[in-house]
Amino acid sequence: MNIQSDCKYTKSHEWVKDLGAGCALIGLDDYAQDQLSELVFVNLPEVGDAVTAGESFCDVESVKAVSDVFSGVTGEIAEVNEELADNPQKINEDPFGAWIVKVANITAYGDLMDATEYKAYCETL
Amino acid sequence: MEKKTALYDRHVELGGKMVPFAGHMLPVQFKKGILEEHKIVREHAGMFDCSHMGEARIDGPDALKNVNNLFTNSFDSMKDGSCRYSIMLYEDGGCIDDLIVYRRNQDSYYVIINASNAARDVGWIRDHLTGDVTLTDMCDGYSQIAVQGPDSLKMASIVSGTPLPEKYYTFTEHVMIAGVDCFVSRTGYTGSFGYEVFMPNEGAVAVWNALLDIGVEPCGLGSRDTLRTEAALPLYGHEISETIDPLTAGLDFAVKMDKPDFIGKSGLVKRGAPTKKRVGVKVVGRGVIRDHQDVYDGDKLVGFVSSGTFMAWINASAGMAFVEPELAVVGKQLEVDVRGRRVPVEIVPLPFYNTAREVPVLK
Repeated sequence: MNIQSDCKYTKSHEWVKDLGAGCALIGLDDYAQDQLSELVFVNLPEVGDAVTAGESFCDVESVKAVSDVFSGVTGEIAEVNEELADNPQKINEDPFGAWIVKVANITAYGDLMDATEYKAYCETL
Repeated sequence: MEKKTALYDRHVELGGKMVPFAGHMLPVQFKKGILEEHKIVREHAGMFDCSHMGEARIDGPDALKNVNNLFTNSFDSMKDGSCRYSIMLYEDGGCIDDLIVYRRNQDSYYVIINASNAARDVGWIRDHLTGDVTLTDMCDGYSQIAVQGPDSLKMASIVSGTPLPEKYYTFTEHVMIAGVDCFVSRTGYTGSFGYEVFMPNEGAVAVWNALLDIGVEPCGLGSRDTLRTEAALPLYGHEISETIDPLTAGLDFAVKMDKPDFIGKSGLVKRGAPTKKRVGVKVVGRGVIRDHQDVYDGDKLVGFVSSGTFMAWINASAGMAFVEPELAVVGKQLEVDVRGRRVPVEIVPLPFYNTAREVPVLK
């Protein structure tokens, strides 16, 4: 399982990549995409939507199930990865490259683990 | 406690993700995943462990009389070695199950029934038999492997004894595969060409391995469901049920109202004209539709989705729905309530894919 060291992680298996200036990218990590198996739809949120650390901001669907995606930060959605609208499988193919949203005006961070802590956490699951 | 089929260990060895289903532990998918398995069946060949399904045999001079009484279809003109789809009804016209009857000869029939209803079906049949007839419950002793997809033709290279059945909805017995005495029908639940192979439990692993050797891909319940939905084949509990009768489900071809009588005939008459019609619906907006979601025409609730999924061959989310008959017109635009969000859908013809009747050309 791939865990990139330049990201922080939530317990719900999203990665958060700090871009500086109160901005960050959020995506689903390798553990999540493996658990979900092939995604067939990403219900993308809208630019301007508020996100709150620990709360769901969108959902993704595999053939058998729907899963919520949780935000690791509190802020406002500045950009949405439109490519995922027609190519949801990119999250499976390249979970760290296939960011879902870019959040700006971050005012708070949730409980985030660094790569080492996250790796240890995954081993307990 | 779920039962293991004879192939359980093989599934685990091959990386099957095991889940409980209809009282058995079965693979929902293997390593390639549901979408890939679906495409493999359409383009090559896949195999499904269907040992959870039930089998029974009805024998005796009164077998035909009982088969005609218990099931909605007509069995008088059936040739030996042929199969016929039918529904079994309660007195009130509600469905107990759908099933396939295999006529061995005038006095002997196999009945292949759904896993989830097997015990109930056998109990019902037993309680409603009359005259000189016996029922043999084969469920526990028999396994089934469904081999589906154009490359299923390759099965001919591993059989001896009786040749494989050629015509759609026919079967042959004493087909020898890997030393195992099987009966094989040209039937299936995927909408692709293929066979269903029945064997005693002790022979299941040998047959499975022989099929693996000729390149048939192990597939699970997940792709079995997406394939049958793409082929618009009914699933008990979805397109037919205790409340959805077979005429409402559009299965008129299997319900012979001109038969003198059968259990449930008067119940069907009492129900009157269906108030809903089964249609195909395809997402024209964005999203995935699933069973039990409501269908709207503007603000008016007009029906429900009976089976919905993402179909890997047509590469779209689509399914079957029951809507008010006046709205059941190809091209009609409706909406499905997907967890609070309205997703635009369009009524389209059924099935989305079905080439099961045609014999493919082996490449």
